[in-house]
Amino acid sequence: MKPKTVTRADLSDALHEAAGLTRQESARLVERTLDLIAEAMERGETVKLSGFGVFQVRAKRERLGRNPKTGAPASIAPRRVIGFRASQVLKARVEQG
Amino acid sequence: MIKSELVSALAAENPELSHKDVERIVGVILDHICDALVSGGRVELRGFGAFSVRSRAARSGRNPKTGEAVAVRAKRVPFFKSGKELRARLNAD
Repeated sequence: MKPKTVTRADLSDALHEAAGLTRQESARLVERTLDLIAEAMERGETVKLSGFGVFQVRAKRERLGRNPKTGAPASIAPRRVIGFRASQVLKARVEQG
Repeated sequence: MIKSELVSALAAENPELSHKDVERIVGVILDHICDALVSGGRVELRGFGAFSVRSRAARSGRNPKTGEAVAVRAKRVPFFKSGKELRARLNAD
């Protein structure tokens, strides 16, 4: 059976149960945790969370692509993308299931 | 930023919580995401991104040292796709 998709609500429930915080406080802390990670990436920082993985911001150069609908060439603006590499521990656990 | 810096930043915003508490809080969040992926599930955090498990087909690879062909088994790997809002924040300029 396919497990249900985990959302913010599940993370904050987990906090509520494990850490004995109010639901409201748990939800706020989940949000702030994600936001602090996002803010670091916005500054262009690599975020290394041991046992979990590494988020890395990479710069992509401008390149020529195509509008898939019309086939017309279109330039793709330079942009920043996020790469995630899971830790060895997480990779091994996912592999074993 | 590393995990301890994330914990310090979160602790600084929440003086009512001890550093140890915050360490535990960050740990619970990350462990919960990991556990969902290990059981083959998906974690969707709107605005931030989604973690999922992708299957990789078996393929034949090469031992880079000897050049010898080796069979690589099919496997499952954790995958992250950034959310729309986060991508927009990264490219706001």
